[in-house]
Parts: sequence; C-alpha cells; structure tokens
Amino acid sequence: MSEQLVFDRPQSVIDRPTHYCPGCHHGVAHRLVGELLDELGVAEDAILVASIGCSVFLYNYLNVDAVEAPHGRAPAVATGVKAARKDKFVFTYQGDGDLASIGMAEVLHAANRGENIAVVFVNNTVYGMTGGQMAPTTLIGQRTTTCPSGRCLEHEGAPIRMTEIIAGLGGATFAARASLNNVKNIRQAKKYLRKAFQCQIEKKGFGFVELLSACPTNWKLNPVDANERIKTEMIPYFPLGVFKDALDEGGAC
Amino acid sequence: MARYLDAIIAGFGGQGVMLIGNLLAYAGMKDGLNVTYIPVYGPEMRGGTANCTVVLSEEEIGSPIIHSPVSLIIMNRPSLDKFQPRLKDGGLNIINSSLIDMDLADANRVKCIAVPCNEIADKLGNTRMANMVALGAYIQATGIMELQPVIDSLKDVLSERYHKLIPANTEALNAGAEVAAKA
Amino acid sequence: MSKQPERIFVKGNEAVVRGALAARCKCFFGYPITPQNEIPELMSSEMPKSGGEFVQAESEVAAANMLLGAGACGIRAMTSSSSPGISLKQEAISYMAGSNTPAVIVNMNRGGPGLGDIGPAQGDYYQSTRGGGHGDYRLLVLAPATGQEAYDLTIKSFDLAYKYRNPVMILGDAILGQMKEAITPWQPEGIDDEAGRDWALSGAKDREKRLIKSLYLEEGALAGQNKNLQKKYEDMQSYVEYEEFETEDAELVVCAYGSIGRIAKSAVRNLRKQGHKVGLFRPITLYPFPSDALLALAKQGKKFLTIEHNLGQMVDDVRLAIRTVADSDFAPIYPGNLPIPEDIEGPVLEWLEGK
Repeated sequence: MSEQLVFDRPQSVIDRPTHYCPGCHHGVAHRLVGELLDELGVAEDAILVASIGCSVFLYNYLNVDAVEAPHGRAPAVATGVKAARKDKFVFTYQGDGDLASIGMAEVLHAANRGENIAVVFVNNTVYGMTGGQMAPTTLIGQRTTTCPSGRCLEHEGAPIRMTEIIAGLGGATFAARASLNNVKNIRQAKKYLRKAFQCQIEKKGFGFVELLSACPTNWKLNPVDANERIKTEMIPYFPLGVFKDALDEGGAC
Repeated sequence: MARYLDAIIAGFGGQGVMLIGNLLAYAGMKDGLNVTYIPVYGPEMRGGTANCTVVLSEEEIGSPIIHSPVSLIIMNRPSLDKFQPRLKDGGLNIINSSLIDMDLADANRVKCIAVPCNEIADKLGNTRMANMVALGAYIQATGIMELQPVIDSLKDVLSERYHKLIPANTEALNAGAEVAAKA
Repeated sequence: MSKQPERIFVKGNEAVVRGALAARCKCFFGYPITPQNEIPELMSSEMPKSGGEFVQAESEVAAANMLLGAGACGIRAMTSSSSPGISLKQEAISYMAGSNTPAVIVNMNRGGPGLGDIGPAQGDYYQSTRGGGHGDYRLLVLAPATGQEAYDLTIKSFDLAYKYRNPVMILGDAILGQMKEAITPWQPEGIDDEAGRDWALSGAKDREKRLIKSLYLEEGALAGQNKNLQKKYEDMQSYVEYEEFETEDAELVVCAYGSIGRIAKSAVRNLRKQGHKVGLFRPITLYPFPSDALLALAKQGKKFLTIEHNLGQMVDDVRLAIRTVADSDFAPIYPGNLPIPEDIEGPVLEWLEGK
C-alpha cells in the first residue's frame, strides 16, 4: 500500500519547534498565515512587521523578510514599509496588548488612511509574554495578575471590541472576527484572512482580521477548557462574522 | 568699504513689512550680495508690531539677528518707540510720516527721512502700497543698490495672483525714491 | 558635483527639503509642530513630484516608526520635527540605532523644557549627542549654521546614514528654520539608491530571508551587538567637520555651534575691530565631536569660552576634549531670549577683563 501525504507543513512556515505553551493558538494562526502566503503566491514578496508580545518571534517561524516594530507601532512601521515598497505584500501580526492598548492610535490611523496592508490581530484577552496582566480585551470578571479580583467595569472599563471599531472607520476595507477554538471556526478564520490578504493584493486597502485565541497558561485552564471558554465566554461578547466588506466596491478609498 | 547694511523693518501686522523685507533681501541677492531675512517672532511679536531683520553684505554674513541696526523702516508709532532708541548713532530712519508725528523723530542723533507713505499710496490708488513707497525711499536713501533690481524682483516675491499690481507697485517704489531724493 | 550658479532665496526649512530632494529622499513622514512646519508642508507637494511618498502621521511617535519601516527597506527616508516632537520620536530612534537602520531626522530645536516656546534654543544638545532614547547608542549629529550648510549637510546626511547604517540627525534651531537666505543648490552625483542591497527588506525571493531587529535574547548576542555598535562609533570618529575662524593668533577661542556659531562670528569680527585677539571654533559635527582639533588649539596655550543657547551642554564635550591641558569657561544664553552678537561680546569682554 503506497503512502499518500495529505497534510504537510506550508512552505512559508519554517520547520522548527515553537516556543509557545501547550494549547496556545499562535501556532494555528501562524499556520493559517503561512498557508495563505503560499496559496496566494506572495511569500517571496512578503514583508512581515512583527510586534511585541508572545508572537515577537514570529519572524523565526515564517520564512519571509521581517522587521521588528516597537510595542504597538507595527501599523506605523508597516505604513513606512509600504510607502517605501508599494510592490510588496506587507502585513502585521499583533496581540491584544500591542494593538488594542499601546498601539490603538497606530492601528486606527493606518486603517483610516486606508493603508494597503493586512493586520492579523490575535485576541486572547491577556498580556501573555509579560505574565498574564490585564489587557484592553480582558473580559469583565476575568482574573489577571493586575486585576486579581476580576476585571471590574467601574474601575477598568469594558473590554474593547476592536473589529467593530475598525469596521466603523471610513478607510478600512475589510474587517472580520473569527475564532480558533474549533475546526469549523478555524476554516472560517482562514476564509477571512484570505479576504484580508486578497484585499491588499488587489490594492483595495486595509484588511483586518481578529482571531479569538486561547492562552491556557495565563487563563490557568487546560487546553480543552480554554477552548470551551472561548465558546462560552469570549464569543458571546466578541461576536464572530464580517463587520465590513467593501472589496466589491473597489475598496474603501 | 565693502557694501553692508542691516535693517529692521517694523509696523502693524498687515502693513506689509514682511513683504518689503523679503523684497529687499531678494533684490539684494539678485544684485550679487549675501542676504539674510528673519521674521522676528516670540516675545517680539507682542506690543503691536510685526517686524523683520534684513542683512545685506558683500562679505559672508554672521548674525542674521541685529539688536542695534544701522537702518530702520518704521511704519507705525509703536515701532518707532521700540526701535528708534536701538538705531545706531548716525543711522538712517525712514519714517512713515502719514501715521507718525515727526516731532518724535530723534533727528539730532540719527538721520530721519519723513515719507508720507499712506498719502502717496492713496494718491497712486491703493493705501496698501504704503510699504512699497517706504522701501523706494529706503533704497534711494541708502544707495545700497539701484531701484531696478528691486523692481525686477517684484515678479519673484509677489505671488502670481498679484502680478497685475506690479506696475502700480513700481510706481509706488519710484514715488518713495523721489521723496528721499529731495530729502 | 555640478554647481548651479543660480542662487535661491529660501528659509532654512526649505533648504533642508531642497537638499533632501537633491539627495533623492523618497519617503517623508511628518507631523506639524512649529518652527519646522515648512518642511512637511513643502514635502507634501514635492515628494509626489519626484515619485516619492509623503505621509502625515498621526503623531511623532508614528512618524518615526514609519521612518523605521522605510529605512528597513533601504529607501532614503526622512522625518522632521522640533524639540517636543523629537522627544516622542526617541522610541523609534533607539530601535533604528539598535537595528542598524539608516534614516535622517531633522530637529529644529525650540525652547524647552516642556512645551517651552517656539523660539530658537540649543537645549537638545545632550539629547542629540548622547543618543536620546533608551540604551547605549549614538547618532551622527550635524549642526548647520547657515541655509547653505542646511542644504549641504542634508545631502551629506543621507550618504552618512547609509555609509554607517545609522540614524543621522540634523540639529538646527528656530533661527535656521525660519531665516531666509540665498543659497546655491547643487546636484550630487553618484548616489547609490541600492545602497541597502545586501541587507534591506525586499521579499525573500531567491535568497535567505532577512530580519531587521534590535532584540537579542540569546546568550552573548546582545553583548556582541553592542560591541559591533561600539566598533561602528569608533569608525565614525574619522568623520568630523568644524570651522575655525581667526584662531591662529587668538588668545581666547569662543566655542559655539549652529546659529550661535554664526552669531559668534559677528561678535568675533566686532571684537577684532576693537583689537581683541579672539577666535571662533565651530563644531559642525556634534557627534563625532572634533576633539582632536580642539586639543591641538589647547596645546598652543589658547583659552576657551564656550557659549551656547542653553545652560551648558556642549561645554562638557569641549572640556573632555582639552582636559589634559586646559579647561573651558562657559556663558549661557538663556532659551527664551533671542540671541544677538552682544550676548557673546559681553561675556568675552568680561572674560578678557577678568583674566
């Protein structure tokens, strides 16, 4: 009986073990990005703008040119990369602390200018790399090392729904939220990412995809329970779907 | 003696002192001189005057900012109060006598020339050319250059939409020069 | 270098823009702040004409990070601001220094600290020459005194940025930015637009992927990077520029840079007319600092008086340069006051009387 290989590593993903914790979804998100770089034929033109957080080492896992941005500034750095090299495929990959807290201004203005870049936003409701502090997307009641009694609406405000904000900006072309907690949702996530990438390839402007992801370590849950938490706690607050799609209108600008 | 001149040009905002400062420096450049022009702002902006400093020199220019200049173009009273005391002994003071009482001129210490800038400009049909009358008188009185490079520079210093006013401005420059020639 | 005989009459801010265009700057990232607004304003219309890109950023923080992105692609790129805005750019400047990214940053220094005023000052000398942001790094710092130097040094700044793969700062002030002067533009030849071909990001086609970064976590890696940076800063020392004026028989040498340097020149001329043996030493590169030339003057037995438009910053470098044989006195011109030749003549005469 001859063997048939049906599942392989995408070309754009480097064959090396990652530093991520068991049950972390960064690996899934990396793979989706890698698959799409291959499938859309843009890997050789890709310039990744890496951010600060657990995914800072993404440049060690993707076989593409990369520049490391200061915390939160990836959309500004990407704006500069794109201004310098309009012919390249430019994307950022940012976590919730990076994008929704310190980098709020940069992502909103890049989106509103309609920068022809793609932004992959991984939301796991916590600062992972620094040890589980409260993020702008931390849910009400969620315990973190800086809100040990649980996030409180009165003190810390409500978790920020980034995709809805991005979708509300005139310059954004595509904004969607998906989740990485099960196969069905992962397939949907890939569809959204494909559209956001396609958006740039067709020079139609800013594409944004939020990926709800698990951080079992800082949530202090096992990977299965972490996936369950996404379903029962995160998705009800962060609804999945496409919030803006102006691709067929020729882009937002 | 190498050609050298520095001037503070001062008046109300809107009297066009910055424009004639620019024109003087530009014409100086066209005439082969080194030139600097600096609009003085900061604390100097307060007190009712807008002013600029122009330096024209055959030699390399050091300071573009001059506290005690060798010449003045004074378009209003607050500027006279402020700058006349700073004018070097024996310096030249072109005074807009349409708006300033010539009794205030320090004629014993410095050379003062009364130029009724607004009246002359009115006669030529536009009060706003009072600044050009003053500059014409200044060029004549200092002899730093001929009037022609100044006239020739109008097209470069005035924005295009005012180019139709070049003949009138030329007349104003000439009229000011005539006053100074008779002074 | 072909010199065009025709002179143009422009503000120092415009001279910087003209120099950048002549140096084939292709990206400009700006944000409004007085007294440098003519730079982004002019760039917004000129960049597209030369096939370049102008972006008005949402903040100075973002503008400097855009510069990092363009520099990482090996494109000649620039940003400009004034003191408070330059403070905000320090984050990205540190990252650029740490990742060997070439870029040009213009600071038209205004009065500080805090919001200060919009007039000229030299309070950013330390910030410019000691790095400015976190970590141990240096920028090449060029201090033009005239419109012509603003043009010439801007052209040079791009060459230096690429030669050393390092951010370069043009340190002017509100006088330089706002003053109009006749300058002679010229077009440099032999610009290498592909100077980053061996390291710049362009997509990993038919080659290994490239990475521009400043994070070094592996054991020994950061020490290695710092050692490399130190080596680079040592190499830079060979590039110094300065002006000496009437120093040959001078008893007292005034040390001043930028606009204060040119104002001091007037003061020296005036003092010479009065028979005083005074000269001027004007550093044009603030980093690297022209220490050897100063030491040579000190060894001739000359005395030094440093005058700055701040409370005493460059004087430290003057003292370091001559410390084995001499010292320098210092006289401040306070930020907030508009400097005039008398501000230099006064302290010099006092010094001469007190000697």
